[in-house]
Amino acid sequence: MEKVSSAKDRLLKSGQDWLGGEFRGKALVILCAVIMISATIAITIFLGTKGLQSFIKDGISLIEFITSKTWNPTDKANPKYGTLPFIFGSFAVTFLSALVAAPLGIGGAIFMTEISSSWGRKILQPVIELLVGIPSVVYGFIGLSVLVPFIRENIGGLGFSLLSGTIVLSIMILPTVTSIATDAMGSLPGALREGSFALGATRWQTIKKVLIPAAMPSLLTAIVLGMARAFGEALAVQMVIGNVKNLPSSLLDASATLTTIITLNMGHTTYGSVENNTLWSMGLILLVMSFAFILLIRYLSARRKL
Amino acid sequence: MKSLKKISLLMTIVALMLFAAACAGGAKKDTTKDTGDKAGKELSGSLVVSGSSAMQPLVAAAAEEFMANNPKVDIQVNAGGSGTGLSQVAEGSVQIGNSDVFAEEKQGIPADQLVDHKVAVVGITAAVNPGVGIKDISKENLIKVFTGKITNWKDVGGKDQKIVLVNRPDASGTRAVFNKFALDGATPAEGITEDSSNTVKKIVNETAGAVGYLAFSYFTDDKVTPLSIDGVEPTDENVQSGKFPVWAYEHSYTKGEPSGATKAFLDYLMSADVQNKLLKEQGYLPVTKMKVERDAKGNQTNK
Repeated sequence: MEKVSSAKDRLLKSGQDWLGGEFRGKALVILCAVIMISATIAITIFLGTKGLQSFIKDGISLIEFITSKTWNPTDKANPKYGTLPFIFGSFAVTFLSALVAAPLGIGGAIFMTEISSSWGRKILQPVIELLVGIPSVVYGFIGLSVLVPFIRENIGGLGFSLLSGTIVLSIMILPTVTSIATDAMGSLPGALREGSFALGATRWQTIKKVLIPAAMPSLLTAIVLGMARAFGEALAVQMVIGNVKNLPSSLLDASATLTTIITLNMGHTTYGSVENNTLWSMGLILLVMSFAFILLIRYLSARRKL
Repeated sequence: MKSLKKISLLMTIVALMLFAAACAGGAKKDTTKDTGDKAGKELSGSLVVSGSSAMQPLVAAAAEEFMANNPKVDIQVNAGGSGTGLSQVAEGSVQIGNSDVFAEEKQGIPADQLVDHKVAVVGITAAVNPGVGIKDISKENLIKVFTGKITNWKDVGGKDQKIVLVNRPDASGTRAVFNKFALDGATPAEGITEDSSNTVKKIVNETAGAVGYLAFSYFTDDKVTPLSIDGVEPTDENVQSGKFPVWAYEHSYTKGEPSGATKAFLDYLMSADVQNKLLKEQGYLPVTKMKVERDAKGNQTNK
């Protein structure tokens, strides 16, 4: 039989073993936190110094960079560094895809949590998880092989268009929106529903007048997170959007986004050249935008009442 | 059990960190520990090649055969683009940097420190959708087509179809070569921009009235129609004799004169084995058979 030692002995022993127990656990999680924080700070500093080079060293005006419509960095005599068409393209595909994905995602979430909790969830949940698992290059390839020819033959234009980019992106961000919206709807207290039913409201009235307003900040967070993902997506968009450097005048016009221009030109430019620096500056714009998205999410979360 | 789990977690984290550190170190490490190629001695050492994605399959295939003959040599071939290759070889992080363009043409590269090894020649010509119905175009008209002054194929003898341009990214080597030698330096009008030659071929094949430009090696079937320029057919012979103007060298750059395994590998690339067999399989033209040569400024002279 094992000898039973007193509680005091055991406490002392674990206290002496400084590598075990409390200290080790604390050190481990602090280490994790430090690594994550320093990685983020390092990336921000790196991108900041690289991205500001084109304004400081190469003397490109920030105003011109953001507002000019012509992009022609390889013209030796008269290079033009206007990224407005790409910034516009990035925002256009982001907002348009959010416009498509938000109703679909929130509708799906309501269906899963309110209308058909058991079998709806059983089917929709794996479908959404599957959508998350498909790599973006596959989305792009399907878009290039199916969507682009379809739009070219049935709707018009070249097929490579803002519309193709929007459709591909909205499918890609749909899982993000749906799963966060589902969590938001699911975590609403049951008393809200019961109270509403007790007042004689129908199910639809309850959903529309009580549940959606109550979950609104979380639903908005879901949409903003989806938009953040859409803003940063490069590969799939690059394959279907056509990468034209002009401002698009319609949904069927080919366009370009900040990310597609970076991925297209990155490998061809040499480190430290103006062309390379301007690509870093575009990366910096993307980073600033993602900070803006995070601020927006934090603001929305702060408004959450339940 | 619990402490075992904790320990294994700790070990995993440590292992991951070590792995990451090793990776980071490996990428930066200057891996030339060549022991020289003195007579009788077996070659050994490792070298890293990076750069032009167009050249990557060729160099990788050559590297495989070279390693089969010299088992102690380890060659890693990365793609990443001409700019990346030139930058990395200039800063010494790789031994060979492949490029589609002369180092002199890229800003921020100390071209005087780099040694140029021209390993292959690639011919490039305009390719149109077969439905367009032309096979020959004058240079003057080609420029007009690409600068957007002609917008319908019927103006150059083709069918009544709108012209759809398929470009390469601004900094792309293929685009630079095509602009310089096919368009006489004119800047092409805006159009769909794609990086990969296969995508360009796919788009030109599928889109009515589309025109792009491709290396000769992509004209293996009738999905796209290569155009003759001013009546000169885009054939290997015409490029070699200097009649067809749109071609470029594929360069392998080293920092300073190469030595050891690097030199041996570059010599292998210039050997009859690679030049006459492998290059042909990959769709390139042997540089050894060129009757003309060209300098960084684009001046062509007879050999």
